[in-house]
Amino acid sequence: MKVDFEEVAVRELSRHYGRRRALWRVSLTCRAGEVLGLLGPNGAGKSTLLAILATLLAPSAGEVRYGDIGLRDAGPALRARLGFLSHDLHLYPELTARENLRFFARLYGLDRVAERVGEALAHAGLSERGDDLVSGFSRGMRQRLALERALLHEPRLLLLDEPFTGLDDASVGALVARLRALREAGRIVVVVTHDLDVAEALLDRLAVLKDGRLVALEDASGRIREHYRASIVSRTP
Amino acid sequence: MFFRVAWLVMRKDLTVEVRSREILYTTAFFAVACVLVFSFALVKEGRPLEDAAAGILWIAVAFAGTLALGRTFERERHSETLRALMLAPSPRAAIYVGKLLGIVLLLLVVEAVLVPLIGLLFNVPILARPLLLTGLLAAGTVGFAAVGTLFAAMLVRARSRDVLLPVLLYPITIPVVIGGVRGTAALFELPPSGEVAGMWMALLLFFDVVFVTLSLWTFEPLMTE
Repeated sequence: MKVDFEEVAVRELSRHYGRRRALWRVSLTCRAGEVLGLLGPNGAGKSTLLAILATLLAPSAGEVRYGDIGLRDAGPALRARLGFLSHDLHLYPELTARENLRFFARLYGLDRVAERVGEALAHAGLSERGDDLVSGFSRGMRQRLALERALLHEPRLLLLDEPFTGLDDASVGALVARLRALREAGRIVVVVTHDLDVAEALLDRLAVLKDGRLVALEDASGRIREHYRASIVSRTP
Repeated sequence: MFFRVAWLVMRKDLTVEVRSREILYTTAFFAVACVLVFSFALVKEGRPLEDAAAGILWIAVAFAGTLALGRTFERERHSETLRALMLAPSPRAAIYVGKLLGIVLLLLVVEAVLVPLIGLLFNVPILARPLLLTGLLAAGTVGFAAVGTLFAAMLVRARSRDVLLPVLLYPITIPVVIGGVRGTAALFELPPSGEVAGMWMALLLFFDVVFVTLSLWTFEPLMTE
């Protein structure tokens, strides 16, 4: 069964870790062809929200709908449409770049594995280093490879947790260009970031979280810094 | 699909281990050291205590297995690759089976080193019933690793996982270890008692079925945090 959706809707989503509240009644929607940024201070609940969207974490209350499909019905067919990149990169350092990509391509049951892996290495700018162990790569090279790993199966929803951390300016520029291309291709992209410069260059909308609550959900319109500061400062007791 | 994914995960684990050899060397060294220390304590004038060899073999397997389980999942935790495996659109139980097979193979290699060493140091007839001994070791290893793989995966993000793993694992796998010890002791007697060993092996196979079934059933819900 192939699943597709044009929209992801989060409704009244809450998540508790014991007595600690990580998310509290968050509602938002993201649509195809849009880059939504999740901003907020450390511990605001951004990564928790991303993990729930990736079906890795069960919410304590509320629901997520991927088009017509609910989170609780999420199975392999839905997971096949999700791409997730956390700051831990999800790569095996003891394998080569090609072996990493090939392993995940086969795990996802993809066809044309060699061709897809070759294209992914080219996108990552690692065609020449494809047979080198990932343990010998710089942070930027690993980050580019990890993004291509997350994109191998052409996911509809791409979830990125601080993908710009540790990248030099050239790598940040390349990643922004790649994400813009994905937006043009009709993907839904959700990015957690602390980098407001990158956010201004990339985001269509921003959602600001603070202490697990959604404190702002606005169009980016090139004034992210102002929106962000206003929403954080105005709600600080 | 299920067996293809299990095979992929197992092959990936073995490739990583062949490259690093970290877990194999660590567990084999630890298990051999364990047997050597016990042999100094329990073998007097070339004569070991009755049934000591079987007990020491299984103690070494259990300790080495715990070490291997911890290290295998530490690897998956390091770059959060376990999350990447959980995100794949493949049956999560197949990922469990792949990890289980990788650990079982690793422990069988360690046992292939341990058994001749035990035979040499404790002067027991390891070649009297080789097929039955291999079957007993394999059945016991599967039972131990089935529970261990589930718990090690479940505890991968727990802060005190190194303490919790043996605390949870040993009480549940005690029947497997007892079955292994009694069955192996029957084979190390002179003359070896194939009938008694066969009975213990049947019991171990029963535990394997129960533990693997329960683990397959509970792996997915336990892995969704």
